[in-house]
Amino acid sequence: MVDTVLDVTGLRAGYGPAEVLFGVDLTLARGEVAALMGRNGAGKSTTLKAIMGLLTPRAGTVRFAGQEIAGMAPYRIARLGLGYVPEERRIFTDLTVMENLAVGRRAAPPGREAWTPERLFAFFPNLAEMRHRRAGAMSGGEQQMLTIARTLMGNPEAVLLDEPSEGLAPVIVEQMADAVLRMKDEGLAVLVSEQNLDFAAAVADRALILEKGTVRWQGDIATLEADEDIRRAYLTV
Amino acid sequence: MEWSFLLVQALSGLASASSLFVIASGLTIVFGVTRIVNFAHGSFYMLGAYLAVTIVPWLLEFDRSPTLFFVGVLASALVVGLLGVAMEMLLLRRIYRVPELFQLLATFGVVLIVQDLVQLAWGPMDIPGPRAPGLRHGVTILDQRFPAYELFLIVVGPAVLALLWLLMHRTRFGVLIRAATQDREMVGALGVNQAMLFTGTLFLGAALAGLGGALQIPRISANAHMDLSVITEAFVVTVIGGMGSVPGAFIAALLIGLLQAFGVLIFPKITLVLVFLLMAAVLVVKPWGLLGRPEAAAGRAVLPEGILDPGRMDWAGKVLAVVALAVMLALPLIDAYAVKVGTEVLIFALAAVSLNFLVGNGGIVSFGHAAYFGLGAYGAGLLVVKAGLPMEPALIAAPIAGGLAAALFGFFVVRLSGIYLAMLTMAFAQIAYAVVFQWVEVTGGDNGLVGVWPSHWAASREVYHYLTAVLTLAAIVFLRRVIHAPFGATLRAARDSAQRADAIGIDVRMHRWLGFTLAGAAAGLAGGLYAFSKGSIDPTLLGIPMSVDFLSMILLGGIQSVLGPVAGAAAFHSLKDFFLPLTDHWRLLLGLSIIAMVLVFPRGLAGAFASLRRRPA
Repeated sequence: MVDTVLDVTGLRAGYGPAEVLFGVDLTLARGEVAALMGRNGAGKSTTLKAIMGLLTPRAGTVRFAGQEIAGMAPYRIARLGLGYVPEERRIFTDLTVMENLAVGRRAAPPGREAWTPERLFAFFPNLAEMRHRRAGAMSGGEQQMLTIARTLMGNPEAVLLDEPSEGLAPVIVEQMADAVLRMKDEGLAVLVSEQNLDFAAAVADRALILEKGTVRWQGDIATLEADEDIRRAYLTV
Repeated sequence: MEWSFLLVQALSGLASASSLFVIASGLTIVFGVTRIVNFAHGSFYMLGAYLAVTIVPWLLEFDRSPTLFFVGVLASALVVGLLGVAMEMLLLRRIYRVPELFQLLATFGVVLIVQDLVQLAWGPMDIPGPRAPGLRHGVTILDQRFPAYELFLIVVGPAVLALLWLLMHRTRFGVLIRAATQDREMVGALGVNQAMLFTGTLFLGAALAGLGGALQIPRISANAHMDLSVITEAFVVTVIGGMGSVPGAFIAALLIGLLQAFGVLIFPKITLVLVFLLMAAVLVVKPWGLLGRPEAAAGRAVLPEGILDPGRMDWAGKVLAVVALAVMLALPLIDAYAVKVGTEVLIFALAAVSLNFLVGNGGIVSFGHAAYFGLGAYGAGLLVVKAGLPMEPALIAAPIAGGLAAALFGFFVVRLSGIYLAMLTMAFAQIAYAVVFQWVEVTGGDNGLVGVWPSHWAASREVYHYLTAVLTLAAIVFLRRVIHAPFGATLRAARDSAQRADAIGIDVRMHRWLGFTLAGAAAGLAGGLYAFSKGSIDPTLLGIPMSVDFLSMILLGGIQSVLGPVAGAAAFHSLKDFFLPLTDHWRLLLGLSIIAMVLVFPRGLAGAFASLRRRPA
């Protein structure tokens, strides 16, 4: 298990009196892209938030790079090398593109090439043209690129990517898929929550399906694509 | 009127605007990042002035140079900045997640503590500061003499604005502050240690307040009332400019400075009313201020804090109520002192229940409830002293006066929510206070008016006690009925989610406005009764400390219960009446108690008790 970067067992979390996660178990290997799938309300975003510490886990363990992180403050978790890209994007609308990137900037761990705005602009050419624009004045797709670029500025080892294709035009969705694949090429591990099977199949090696706050199925993404029954049981509405 | 005179008037308006901006910018920056409205910002301002009148003369002993003067001013600001750091680390850090009302009260606790500590350190006398070397002369502008120091102050505001702009746009710390103003959780998720950011922000904010205070020493003596007078003005500036917006604060400070400078020429006595009109006009058009933006949480459903289910009184409650009533009625059997305290407890119980009608039942956190209490007292008192009417019509006028004032202010108040609403209620209360304080011919100013005595038949303490008991209990029972009635339930619905209440066809604003007016009328009745129990009225009845007393009462009794505030009023007032003569440091004691209460029982005493009882097995 040397190559496991994220290892979650028995994770429980919720909001106030409402329990959402009833013991989630999952692992993410170094350099792997895994898709966290499931219907609306299955607990995908909640799982990512609980791993990131934005929601305090009520039970269970979360190990990142061999270190227990459950209950840690989000900024400590981020500093250990776990990046988080929220579903609602949450870019800083009053700040320029460059300033948004500056907020995310953290030194790279030794021996790894650091992300710079210039490298990221090569990654997302659209952003290069608007580096001094106020982020609030950008389109949804551009904001989605910016929120990923901002997280990469922290030089993470693994990234939690929450619904990157949601609400975007098909052409932008394709760019997002490209971006995820290129992150993988850079050696990043990515846990991407996704409802869209096509997108998941395009980027991920493996799928985990959440239902009612637990992982109900996991396996190769190709198996999932081939098996109509599983899809009908857990994914289609 | 000559042009030169108008010019000088404009310049002095700009000088005050400039000073006001320096202070308000710190308040707005701290609010933007921490989302806490820091009452103690005024205390930092006062500390800046006191430190400067201590440090600067000492430095000038070495050499009367302008350089050393400004070194002293900056040193004072830095020391105040460090005090801000201490406040963040010791207090604010522990209360970022507690409800806004408790945050406000906790920072007000710091105000009380600093007031006592300043008096201990510097004594009760005003301390005049030295004039600035090199800026002591007057400058002749179009045949008018104008102080050079005022000209210098005019430059300070824009200079601070420019420096803040550079800090906010050219440094990582500034960019992080701006990012955190919008979404501090996301900033944390990107690996930024918020604790450091918040501490740094408090240093900056407190240092700006300290600088504002230190710069005032050639103009005004350091005195013990600087804190609350400046915090009100700073609140008005940040509300008009938009909370969290530094440029907004600059524009608002300019507007207010010029309005006051020229308003003096047109309406010499009522410049405050002009400020009120400006604030009202801005808030009607732009509820979030000139450059502010709606709070992300506004209108969204929140976890209810306050009365959940008024319920029926259980047998224990009934027994308790009967015993309390019996004790109240039997007080005349003990002694005159017991009667005096009992009468006041009844009056404050009504005031507290009326406040909790807003806070606990309506989610309307009024920080200026004393205004309606005090205006009720003045309404009744003026009728007796100035119009020669007897007590009976005066006691009818008291709730009308409180209710009318609440209707007028409430019209604007109910357009806002949360912290904006709290600041607006406080600003209105301070304006009412200032009017009563300044309108000496009618109100007697600071001294107030004496001779507010009950009619002959109610002249004895005992009879007046029973009269008070009948009226306050009737009003409390009435308010309790309203809370149980559909109107009360509607207010609770609007409290828990204004949007959802709106969506099912409830006119939220209208209901809140009626509720605010009703609570004001009840407080007005309490104020009228208080005036006759004391035989006099004075401006402290409308002051912030009185509002905070009311809030402490409902906090102590529990905002979750309908009649808890009665117990809170009884406990608070008895303790205060007992301790006040024994100690010179009541404010220190009260401030520490408020902070302790917020830290130990962030959901109120009753909340702690209820959660103990309700804890699932």
